[in-house]
This record gives sequence, structure tokens and C-alpha cells, in this order.
Amino acid sequence: MTILSVADLTMRFGGLTAVNNVNFIAERGHITAIIGPNGAGKTTLFNCITGFYKPSDGSVTVAHGEKSLRLDKLPGHAIAKKGRVARTFQNIRLFGGMTALENLLVAQHNKLQASTGLGVLGILGLGGYRAAERQAMELAKHWLHLTDLYDRADDPAGALPYGAQRRLEIARAMCTDPVLLCLDEPAAGLNPRESSALNDLLLKIRDEGTSLLLIEHDMGVVMKISDHIVVLDHGQKIADGTPAQIRADPTVIAAYLGEGDDDDPDAPIAEPAR
Amino acid sequence: MAYALQQLINGLTLGMIYGLIAVGYTMVYGIIGMINFAHGDVFMIGAYIGIIVITALAGVTSVPLGLVAAFLVAMVFCGIYGFTIERVAYRPLRGSFRLAPLISAIGMSILLENYVQTSQGALVRAIPNLIPGGITLMQEDGFVVQLSWMQLAIVVVTLTVLGSFTYLVTKTPLGRAMRAVEQDAKMAALLGIDTNRTISTTFIIGSALAAVAGVMFLLYYGVVDFYIGFNAGIKAFTAAVLGGIGSLPGAVLGGLLIGLIEAFWSGYATVAYKDAAVYSILAIVLMFMPSGLLGRHEVEKV
Repeated sequence: MTILSVADLTMRFGGLTAVNNVNFIAERGHITAIIGPNGAGKTTLFNCITGFYKPSDGSVTVAHGEKSLRLDKLPGHAIAKKGRVARTFQNIRLFGGMTALENLLVAQHNKLQASTGLGVLGILGLGGYRAAERQAMELAKHWLHLTDLYDRADDPAGALPYGAQRRLEIARAMCTDPVLLCLDEPAAGLNPRESSALNDLLLKIRDEGTSLLLIEHDMGVVMKISDHIVVLDHGQKIADGTPAQIRADPTVIAAYLGEGDDDDPDAPIAEPAR
Repeated sequence: MAYALQQLINGLTLGMIYGLIAVGYTMVYGIIGMINFAHGDVFMIGAYIGIIVITALAGVTSVPLGLVAAFLVAMVFCGIYGFTIERVAYRPLRGSFRLAPLISAIGMSILLENYVQTSQGALVRAIPNLIPGGITLMQEDGFVVQLSWMQLAIVVVTLTVLGSFTYLVTKTPLGRAMRAVEQDAKMAALLGIDTNRTISTTFIIGSALAAVAGVMFLLYYGVVDFYIGFNAGIKAFTAAVLGGIGSLPGAVLGGLLIGLIEAFWSGYATVAYKDAAVYSILAIVLMFMPSGLLGRHEVEKV
């Protein structure tokens, strides 16, 4: 079943067309990866999907339950609330001055706010608010455990080591209870051990029922965990298929050849089919 | 000794009022990065609403009930003023260049002053002291140190308001949302927080605090005119900068310091130069601590 469908998506910045007429579908319960050389338009495509940019043309539709929603028509804060799509950033954007736990609670703001009766009951600590707060705390604890951050819950997010901040960002995105989680280069800057822990975490998220969409340069991660891969080059989709199909696709190999990304043994370039 | 103690009491009382107004400046600065120059005038409107309610209820209800009503009505109305000011003068300019909302804030301030001047008259209006008396703390060489009930009331009300406000910001979902929007508005929106609504709420709360300060100013000095917002606003803004703009404890600390400096300077040097003393100390502090006493250093990430 389809969770996300991107149709004829185009994004222009002045005279530059960063994403040109891209179509693809992400399946429910799958990990879909978007790869491509630097400057291929991956992050722009991502920003369109998650409502950071309003696309110049085309549509982005997310389907959950019976409903399907046009993400490109929603205002920014409704993407998480109604669209139930969450994302992380390539450069980490945690609330550095708040503790790790608070970061996870902020992500559950809508649920908590709804139970506070316009904030008044919340201030007084009445009504369903206590129960909602306890529930929010449980969910936060669940993700702190899964991301191995439980011991650092009360530390300011900005003081955590880099790898921990990445995991916290994923945990925070998961606390918005998304049906689709979009990750922009989650493995960037991680050491091999952290990177393999990340693989496990992503597979776990998928198995708990959230579909994933990720941009990744680390082909070790991409080939190992993706169910489906979309390849972009110069703003256009050049290939679409399973990891095995992509590995063998001559256009993909050609697109990567100019890159010379030879410190990455698993990248398609390592197996030139010239 | 006795004289110094009396100045300490006077200074702290005045500082509490400045601190309450300064919190409003610092909150708005924190969340949208602009100085709300109309904030001092919201404080002035709070004082006027106070005098209107107290005059209307005089003789009808008991004094304590009248005072409670004055505080509540002033808070509600100033909250509406704050909400409207943000909607009319700042939100349409949010995406604009940085100086645009500054100019519209100054315009809003002039508008409010003139509006009160024409609708309430330019004359100074006065009320009698509603909480007379006090306790004599000590007596020395014929000098009596007094803590008036009024001063005590101001200190107690300020501490209560600041206490509940601190709870709101640190412990409730609304406070978390406010801090999140302050740190990264776009990211907060992606997590489902309605940033526009959060910013409106910030203005409403800041204005309600200014209303409390306004009514207390009215009770303490017994007089108001349409121009009090300018002077008190500038002083409170100074307090916010001195404490480190964007920092809530800093605003209160700055307010208290400015109240104390004024009181001691007036007591031991010349009253005429008390404002000069306040601003000189601000200049000296900023020379050595450019981000204020408790301010964060803003590090631009490249």
C-alpha cells in the first residue's frame, strides 16, 4: 500500500530548476532511500515533501487510514499534526537550550495542549492533563530507551555528543507519532559502530509500523536497510528499484562515475561496468 | 544605617515594578527578536484601566475587592491590547527587514499615548492612598524606618506573579512551546506547534504582566498621566538589557538593580541626576559584559 506519492514535483529557484518533474511512490512499511550525487536535488525534494518549501509545481500526497492529504497544501505546523509526517535535518536542529526530555515533550505539544483546555487546566494541573502528561512522559521514556539516551535525559540537548544528538533528533521526530519519518542523512558524521546502531534503530522504527524515507550518502547503510531506492541526478529521477536493481543499473553507475567517491567501497562506483 | 535600610526597601519596591515590565520586553525579544517599544504604553494603559475601575467601584465594594477587580480587569484588557498590537503592527511585518517592526513599534507607542491623552485628558489624575499605614522596622536618632503595607503588597504581588509565570514557562506545555519557538521557530512548526498562536500568547502574557505593574505603579505613586509609559518603559528596557535581554531571571535582576541604584542615588547624591546614574551604570556594565549580566552569548553558526 502506498504511503507517500510524489507526482510531477518541480521546484524552481529563480532560473534554477533544482527538482524537475519527479515522480515516485513510497510503500507503507518500507524504508525508501533517495540517493544521488551532490547537488542532485535530494534535499530540495525532501524540503518540498516535508513542507519546508512550497513546490513550484506538482503534488505530494500522504495516505494514512482512509484519508489522503495533500502535504503541499498544508501550513507548516499542520504537516506534523494532520499529515503526520516528521523529519530530521542534515545539520542538527535540536532545541539546544532544553533538556533531552523536554525536546521529546515539545514534540508532543499538540496532544498535551489539546488536553489542557486552552492551557488553563494545564496551569492548574487539572482534568485529563495529568493523565496526558504521564502518557507523554511514557512515550518519551520509550524513545529515550530505544535511542540509548535514558541516562542523559536531563542534560541540555546542546551538550550531548554528536551521535547522541542525531539519535535524539530521531527520537524527537518519532514522538510526534508520525506515519512517515523523513531522515536527511542520518548517518552523516557517525563512526562505523554508531552507524550500525543507527541501522538497527531504523529497522526497529520500521518494524514498529512507521514508514521511512531517507537521504543517505553512506551506501553501506542504504544498501543494507532500504527496501526501495530512488536515484536522482541533476534534479531528475534516473532510476527507481530495489537495492539489487539499482546496483546493476548502468545509468546510476554513469551518474556516479564523475564523482570519484572511492573511499566508499560499497558505492555503485566500486563496481564499474564499463 | 537606618537611612540605608529605608532606601533599600524603597529601591526594591520600585525595582519589582521595573522587573515586571522588563519581563515583557525580554519575552517578546526572545521569541521574535524585536524590541516592543509599545510595551511601556501597555503598562500606562494598565494604570489607566486601574484608575477607572477603582474610581468606578469606590464606595460600591470594599477596598480589597476593588483592588482585585482592578488587577483582573487591567490584565484582561491589556492582554487584548497586546494581542491586537502584535496582530496589527508586528505580524504583517514579520518577514520584512529588521527595522520595519521597530518603526511600527515606535508608531504604535505614539498612537497609544495620544489616544489616551485625547480620551482620558492630558491632566495628571490621582487617587488617594488605598492601603495606608505600615510597620515600623526600627528607629535611630529620630529617623523612622517604615515598611508600608503598600510596599509589602507590591513585593508579595510581584513575587506571586513572577512565581506563577516561571512555573508556566518551565513546566507547562505552553511554556515549552514558547521556549521551542524562541530557539527555532521553523523547527517548532515542523513538530506541530502553531508558532503564530504561541507568539500571540507571549504578547498576551507579557501585556498582562505590564498591566499588573501598571496598577501597582498607580497604587504606589497615586498619580498617572498619559506619559508615564515612556519613562517607565525606557527604564524597564534598560533593566532588560542590563540583565541580559532574552533572559527572564536577568530581567528581574536588572529591574531590581535599577530600582536600587535610583533609590540610593536619590538618597545619597542628587535626585536630579538619578536617571543619569542609571544609564551610566548601564553603559559601564555593557562595556565589560556586552550581553548583559545573565545574557547568553549569541554564537552565529556558519
